[in-house]
Amino acid sequence: MEATALLIAATLNAGTVLAFAALGLLINERAGIVNLGAEGIMLVAAVAGFATAVHTGSDWVAFAAGMGAGALLAAAFGWLVIWLNTNQYASGLALSLFGAGFSAFVGIRYTQEKLSERVHFQIPGLADIPFIGPAFFRQHPLVYVAIALAAALTWFLYRSRAGFVLRAVGESPESAHALGYPVRRIRLLAVMAGGALCGLAGAYISVVYTPLWVEGMVAGKGWIALALTTFATWRPARVLLGAYLFGGVTMLQFHLQGEGVDVPSQLLTALPYLATIVVLVLISRNAAWIRANMPASLGKPFVPGT
Amino acid sequence: MIDSKRSMFRLAGWSVLAAAAALAGCSKKEDTTSTAAAPASAPAASAAASAPAAKEPLKVAFAYIGSVGDGGWNFAHDNARKAMEKELGGKVVTSFVEKVAEGPDAERVFRDMVGQGNKLVFGTTFGHGDYMLKVAADSKDVKFEHATGYKTADNLRVYDSRTYEGAYMAGVLAGGMTKSNTLGVVGSVPIPEVIRNINSFTLGAQSVNPKIKTKVVWVNSWGDPPKETDAAQSLINAGADVLFQNTDTSAVLQTAEKAGKYAVGWDSDMSAYGPKAHLGSSVINWTPYYVKAVNDVLNNTWSTGKTWWGVKEGAIDMVSISDKVPAELKAKIDTVKSGLKDGSFVIWKGPIATNDGKEKLKKDEVANDEFLGGINFYVKGVEGKVPGGDKK
Repeated sequence: MEATALLIAATLNAGTVLAFAALGLLINERAGIVNLGAEGIMLVAAVAGFATAVHTGSDWVAFAAGMGAGALLAAAFGWLVIWLNTNQYASGLALSLFGAGFSAFVGIRYTQEKLSERVHFQIPGLADIPFIGPAFFRQHPLVYVAIALAAALTWFLYRSRAGFVLRAVGESPESAHALGYPVRRIRLLAVMAGGALCGLAGAYISVVYTPLWVEGMVAGKGWIALALTTFATWRPARVLLGAYLFGGVTMLQFHLQGEGVDVPSQLLTALPYLATIVVLVLISRNAAWIRANMPASLGKPFVPGT
Repeated sequence: MIDSKRSMFRLAGWSVLAAAAALAGCSKKEDTTSTAAAPASAPAASAAASAPAAKEPLKVAFAYIGSVGDGGWNFAHDNARKAMEKELGGKVVTSFVEKVAEGPDAERVFRDMVGQGNKLVFGTTFGHGDYMLKVAADSKDVKFEHATGYKTADNLRVYDSRTYEGAYMAGVLAGGMTKSNTLGVVGSVPIPEVIRNINSFTLGAQSVNPKIKTKVVWVNSWGDPPKETDAAQSLINAGADVLFQNTDTSAVLQTAEKAGKYAVGWDSDMSAYGPKAHLGSSVINWTPYYVKAVNDVLNNTWSTGKTWWGVKEGAIDMVSISDKVPAELKAKIDTVKSGLKDGSFVIWKGPIATNDGKEKLKKDEVANDEFLGGINFYVKGVEGKVPGGDKK
């Protein structure tokens, strides 16, 4: 029983990184921009966040620094793909590779650093409820922020005027342009918002999840977030579900290994990827549904006046 | 039409730029510590001087699998490189390449090192071996040294440290400090070296506390901090209160620190990363071997073979033992150390049985290096089965 509670707690924690990054990428993609640079942005934000935490001693300033770094990189990417109409996939890949190299370079002097003692968070009262307390209410505040963000994003995309405009820009930038909306600026804002959330995910890894800086420490989470966004058919709630599923199966397979289950560990290591893809493909298997949700102009450049 | 053509050109231009950025981003950092010492007028000099210049320092190159800043395996190798260079003064010039993956790209790196005039080349991870073997066959005048490998050639020899001696001492600490009698190991990749360490750790723990059991979780990677964190957390969730690792970063120790449990540092002194959780660090000191290897080449006494150094030769040690460790446990570590030094104590001595009851070493039978090199079973006390190991 206690083990189950701890497994749930670890799942929520592990899913949060992916949730932030994938929700950020969802905002990008709803505006029609694919940012394959997520991994690079997360790495740069991870080192920015860690360095800030080392120098200021404040985790919250570190998160802000990570978000700032992410937004800045995303803005550079946005300028390339939105104003210069460069290929989104090539530019995103370049950003990813640049981020990996740049973060390693900047991070050299931080590899031997450590952060001050980590604070344990818990919600007073609720944290002491048996089972439910340890499972749900002893988490870092950002874990709850991620859930709130998914809810807010659902409301934003489907209930708010600004959300409609954002989706219109992703569906048919020509129409949005004809109606007088500044398509390029809206796309840039979306890309920066996405970058900031990827940045928050990166800073969460290096400041909360594994409080250290090691070159390449994001270890592919940016790519998983990209895949999650697609497999979740660009719906915030499904993105959140996918993130927890991935985190949960990751923790579960380690748990099974620790229990000495006789399955090759190599197979268990692959399990989170398999399980997440299978489940999300199953719930999103309706082709019409995918078409209905996929932003129609995803990945296509928009040049006003052509 | 013209407009779209122009935008195509512009796109092409930016793609080239992006590709260039990509290349710049992924190119490895190469560092030659004393390029100034190398003669700049190489072409003229080499044309004139077919006779070897006597005073020229020996060029030595190192390939690392990760970055030197990992605070673990690669950090230990690089510290030894620096210490060796310092000890040998002007007789040697070293350089290194980081992040040489265990794949075909490694061959390019080793050829490059030969091309740059290095006469002694170190590959410091198991997966470098096959590529070194290929390059060594084509470069007979260069000597190659492969860490943790087993295949040799006329100009390629292998060396390793008896990391399992450090693992045994880590086990003594863990066995003495555990309250739940459950120990956890974050394993990297299931190869004999790592399985031997897990077993030695368990044997060490049993020497002070026969009731312990060891849980093992594999991450199938040498350095992936979030995954190491997840693995460590799941071990703690399963009741382990002292953690041990065979991975390269300090993530496991930091997870123990956060959860209020204990852990033992690995490869390098990790005490700074988790002052409360840290019980001690099992460290590798490659310096004595690197000094020996370079001297062998300088004195023309280099010959192929296998070297496996441990506590006795100063290659393995348990350092920075925490104040929380009681004096009698510290004394026990000292006994093990001195026993290993003078040969009066042997870790792998029978009776040793697998965890499903098969006898591997009879009473008082001592394992030879060949036995140690092929361990693919868990000893009694370790839970579960070796991935891909003995099925019978």
